[in-house]
Amino acid sequence: MIHSLFLVNSSGDIFLEKHWKSVVSRSVCDYFFEAQERASEPENVPPVIPTPHHYLISVLRHRIYFVAVIQSEVPPLFVIEFLHRVVDTFQDYFGVCTEAAIKDNVVVVYELLEEMLDNGFPLATESNILKELIKPPTILRTVVNTITGSTNVGEQLPTGQLSVVPWRRTGVKYTNNEAYFDVVEEIDAIIDKSGSTITAEIQGVIDACVKLTGMPDLTLSFMNPRLLDDVSFHPCVRFKRWEAERILSFIPPDGNFRLLSYHVSSQNLVAIPVYVKHNITFREGSSQGRFELTLGPKQTMGKAVESVLVNSQLPRGVLNVNLNPSQGTYTFDPVTKLLSWDLGKINPQKLPSLKGSMSLQAGACKPDENPTINIQFKIQQMAISGLKVNRLDMYGEKYKPFKGIKYMTKAGKFQVRT
Amino acid sequence: MSANNLYNDQGGAEPAVEAGQETTPTSSSAGVGSGLFSSDFKKNDDLKEMLESNKESLKLEAMKRIVGLMSRGRNASDLFPAVVKNVANKNIELKKLVYVYLVRYAEEQQDLALLSISTFQRGLKDPNQLIRASALRVLSSIRVPIIVPIMMLAIKEAAADLSPYVRKTAAHAIQKLYSLDPEQKDHLIEVIEKLLKDKSTLVAGSVVMAFEEVCPDRIDLIHKNYRKLCHLLVDVEEWGQVVIINMLTRYARTQFLSPWREFDENSEKTFYDSDEEKEQADSRPYVMDPDHRLLLRNTKPLLQSRNTAVVMAVSQLYWHLAPKHEVNVVTKSLVRLLRSHREVQYIVLQNIATMSIQRKGMFEPFLKSFFVRSTDATHIKTLKLEILTNLANEANISTILREFQTYVKSQDKAFAAATIQAIGRCATNIDEVTDTCLNGLVLLLSNRNETVVAESVVVIKKLLQTQPSQHSDIIKHMAKLLDSITVPMARASILWLIGEYCERVPKIAPDVLRKTAKTFTAEEDIVKLQILNLAAKLYLTNSKQTKLLTQYILNLGKYDQNYDIRDRTRFVRQLIVPNEKSGALSKYAKRILLASKPAPVLESTFKDRDRFQLGTLSHTLNTKASGYLELSDWPKVAPDQSVRNVEVFEPVKEWAPSVGKAKPAKSDKFYSDSEEEEEEEEASGSSSSAEDSSSSEGRYQSTFSHRLSLPVSSVYVLSMCYMHRMCNVQAFALCLLRPNAPPQKKNLEILFAQPVSSPVFVPHMSHELLHRMSGKGLAACYHFPRQPCIYDPRMVSVQLTFTNCGEQPVQDLRVGEASPPALSLHRFAAVERLEPDSSITVSMGIDFNDSTQAASFQLCTKEDQFSVSVQPAVGELFMPVTMTEQDFHKEQGKLTGMNESSTTVTVASESTSAQIITRKVVCVANMGVVPSSQTNVHRFAAKTASSEALVLATVELKEASAARLLVNTEETVIGSMLLRDLKTALSQG
Repeated sequence: MIHSLFLVNSSGDIFLEKHWKSVVSRSVCDYFFEAQERASEPENVPPVIPTPHHYLISVLRHRIYFVAVIQSEVPPLFVIEFLHRVVDTFQDYFGVCTEAAIKDNVVVVYELLEEMLDNGFPLATESNILKELIKPPTILRTVVNTITGSTNVGEQLPTGQLSVVPWRRTGVKYTNNEAYFDVVEEIDAIIDKSGSTITAEIQGVIDACVKLTGMPDLTLSFMNPRLLDDVSFHPCVRFKRWEAERILSFIPPDGNFRLLSYHVSSQNLVAIPVYVKHNITFREGSSQGRFELTLGPKQTMGKAVESVLVNSQLPRGVLNVNLNPSQGTYTFDPVTKLLSWDLGKINPQKLPSLKGSMSLQAGACKPDENPTINIQFKIQQMAISGLKVNRLDMYGEKYKPFKGIKYMTKAGKFQVRT
Repeated sequence: MSANNLYNDQGGAEPAVEAGQETTPTSSSAGVGSGLFSSDFKKNDDLKEMLESNKESLKLEAMKRIVGLMSRGRNASDLFPAVVKNVANKNIELKKLVYVYLVRYAEEQQDLALLSISTFQRGLKDPNQLIRASALRVLSSIRVPIIVPIMMLAIKEAAADLSPYVRKTAAHAIQKLYSLDPEQKDHLIEVIEKLLKDKSTLVAGSVVMAFEEVCPDRIDLIHKNYRKLCHLLVDVEEWGQVVIINMLTRYARTQFLSPWREFDENSEKTFYDSDEEKEQADSRPYVMDPDHRLLLRNTKPLLQSRNTAVVMAVSQLYWHLAPKHEVNVVTKSLVRLLRSHREVQYIVLQNIATMSIQRKGMFEPFLKSFFVRSTDATHIKTLKLEILTNLANEANISTILREFQTYVKSQDKAFAAATIQAIGRCATNIDEVTDTCLNGLVLLLSNRNETVVAESVVVIKKLLQTQPSQHSDIIKHMAKLLDSITVPMARASILWLIGEYCERVPKIAPDVLRKTAKTFTAEEDIVKLQILNLAAKLYLTNSKQTKLLTQYILNLGKYDQNYDIRDRTRFVRQLIVPNEKSGALSKYAKRILLASKPAPVLESTFKDRDRFQLGTLSHTLNTKASGYLELSDWPKVAPDQSVRNVEVFEPVKEWAPSVGKAKPAKSDKFYSDSEEEEEEEEASGSSSSAEDSSSSEGRYQSTFSHRLSLPVSSVYVLSMCYMHRMCNVQAFALCLLRPNAPPQKKNLEILFAQPVSSPVFVPHMSHELLHRMSGKGLAACYHFPRQPCIYDPRMVSVQLTFTNCGEQPVQDLRVGEASPPALSLHRFAAVERLEPDSSITVSMGIDFNDSTQAASFQLCTKEDQFSVSVQPAVGELFMPVTMTEQDFHKEQGKLTGMNESSTTVTVASESTSAQIITRKVVCVANMGVVPSSQTNVHRFAAKTASSEALVLATVELKEASAARLLVNTEETVIGSMLLRDLKTALSQG
């Protein structure tokens, strides 16, 4: 299936290659570079590029293109999903997935890629199994390895691969048994000029960090499971139980994993936690434009809106801006025309605002469209959909684990058209 | 073998290594193309020393550096001899790195690679399964043709290995060997055939992958494994699921009849075009093959997978195989995928675009999910636009157009242009908005951006062509624009419009020609062609004003650089200017040039994409990718279904003797058709469970008997008794219900699955379903036989007895509508005729969904319809479970707190004996008795039919006649109802 993999950085250099079948010359990437040149933005490179003898399927993550070379028919999503899984694994192992990190750990990268694919077909992609095969590098381990001469490669071969619970390794032991669950919801919304909501939906995930000894069997139930419109599970969740009782019953993998992602349909009314007042005008014939922006909280159930970041791609005609933020700092990049304002927390008593003028290119005509404003924010201790975990029970093990649950709401793709 | 024996002893290896060292300088000098390599060459020297040193850490360090070289694409092949010596090293990491190196360079250094073979051969015999697997993995990855026989042997052995992991590796090795030497195909197919029979979930995905690569056309190999694969699917790892689902999609299209007949007229025409077939099709109602249904049912849960490729695979399976009204289940999941990464969005949107052309309704409720965000990549934006256009209808067009208005203003001009085209398509598709769209587009003509204006002109031109009569204003407006617009395509479009409708703008047209004649030489080619066209058309309609102009233009065209234009000029001149040479054609010149032209149809670029299987690379590229396997059309006549039946299942045989009086099986005639028919006749004749012999269930039953090696011709009572036994055994092992399933439960459920036992007691109390007075002579009653339902384990089986008390025979007795419609019940096969004073018993399955709510349905006869309802007692919703006392305590421990309900009861004094209590309890509820070590405590266990929740009951006798009743179950409602029923039963005398 997957013949070879090339990693290409933002300046167009191939800095890593790996082949699972016969070697494919790296000149095949020339077709990719061509497509890259044609695309105005890095995101615009088409994910699937046909070449005379091969097909290139690429993903872009962390400003690195992962280009897979395919020789014959294969579901493109299969390859894309796998490549993303590779990136996730690198991130899991090295903390970040940058060119430098990959180059520094090239041996581990190679060992990982070797285990993840056999003859181009995915073999072990479960992080629990991989970690048993190849231990993630840590500073301590590097030191120990150099002194003792031991290695990163596991002596024991993984048990998970052979068991009925392939996502969990056996013989897990912890002195502190704890299970944490984060319910994180993101609001995707488009707000129109007048402030009314065009579309809004909530996407949520439950990320878990489970450190429990032995083979615990957990059940998680919700106060209001009907809210969940569409769900997708980690393979560990017993689907039948969910269908019948709306209870999540599972033997968790060890460590961090995404238990569930869900969707709260747009039919339900979504509470929009912030509002934006804006007044962005360009006058015909004048080289000045006005820019005014005020943010305020609404429907936050008394919780503070934090880490607010406003981004806006200003029209090409704008030369520079002269703005005055009531709080936080703003930056404007005159090349990319990206305005970004980091304002922190919204204080309901004193609403943050950004006011001032924009200077336009002399002679340039008035832009037809006002810029879109993208907003990011966080609200702690609240799930905007109202989802609540009822209880978490553990079976199968004797000890009493420490259980924790955290709620958070974030802005996903939150856009305000002006 | 001989080749590698050569190197086995040390003496043989030594010269080879030396030879390798000798070759080093030459091979590296070949690589010294650039200055970079020369520095590597120096480094390589010290690497070699490091590899040959005795220190492991030095060797490891060297290997790590070599891997670094490889990753950068540098050639490190000259180190081969030094590296290969370490292949048998004890250090695991070193060994792994050597493997990585070996697999990469063995192809280039074939002779030297042979040195390592013996190590792997030794590894293949290792007691540790993981070492065997890794040896096979590396051995098969070495692409050296000389070792093909060794590989073949190793694969054959590994395919029979006890460890599923090794067998999985063997499946992978098949593909590698096949790509190395396609001549081995026949042998490899044998191995594939063997591995396909494997029941391990670990192997399934890999072997199907090998099947797809080596022999995708050997569909016959799948038959016997089809049902097994369907059942294993949920537990196979996610990558394997994708491959299996795609293969099964292809398989199903060759083996089952089209389920689309009633729902889709269009496809019917193509599939059933001949009249004869149509008749045949109409005469018999479509019954879905149970195997077809099995596939659909077993893939549906996978829509919840976190792996986007799996979700897409299931979606395409439903698209290509499911009845049209069932396809909608995939919508939500596909829309969910749009939240994923950009690349995933791209592929999913493409597939949705294809789907939305054919079936708007599927995605219409999710219209807003396709609204474009300014941060989307351009190709995502255009795809969303495409889908929005496909989904547009009278109801939502205003919403869509309002969105489009925003998009038109976008800074991304390519996207704005695409939006204008989309508006054009909406305008032609929906008549109500044509004028609105046209006006909107005319407004855009005054836009400052040239691409936007140009695109608008082109779209307006197309729109005007569909209804040119009333739009001379727009044409005039556009004629004025000609001065300002410079985009060639737009200019050409305007000119064409004026020429085509020159009679509507008689004053303007000649003037336009005059202006363009001045600029002719400076125009682009397409504009020049249109100027020629305009001139010709005007010459024909208004030759007085334009004769000279036309001749001027024709003269310019005659000497143009472009031969197309010269050619056109010559043609036009001959056609329109009458002279002695011009033939008959010029008489018709006007009719030729000014013929009314059909309006162009604006259609989606995804219009015919569905000729490719959705989700494939070919679909994405819209061209056939190499190795693409066509999805065949449905067969017109269903192929033999019985090919998927699996023969006698060994473990089941062991149970057969327990039946006791079974006659020895007549093995020679066992599979003969006559026998099977006989059995079925008997089954229906004796009215035990009237099955339509052609229906799937009938077949299932016959297979049960086959498996149990039962003589079919034995006395009916005996065979009924078998049926009971069988049913119990069946629920125990899923495999019996669906002949192909291995006795393996989903994931971990095996941990919780309690073996279902036979009912301890079957009450004969029957309840009235239909009184003979209200049934106009037809009386019906029902009772619960307490058998696991053979149609679906979640259903409760119900036996209905019909008696005809009237004078007339009752005809065509069957089950009609169920209410609520969602109620899932398995109808009994229609009874054709019931004579007066006779009765018949049929059985049906009802999924009560673990509630005591009555299941209502219609009972239809030829003349009448009666609404009836089956009201289950709570105790009938259970399946008894056998468990040990320890298990009972363990399970009970888990079901405390909320899940426990208890009460005390005064037991009638004469009924404190164990027997009577047991009797009373099992009479009320279909529970299994748990052996108890205490005489005063009685325990019972069962699980609910639908959700398989465990229900535990305890009766603890206290002094006097008091007793404590305890029910533990997650289904608290069921628990409390059971408690109430038990209390009543026990307190009665």
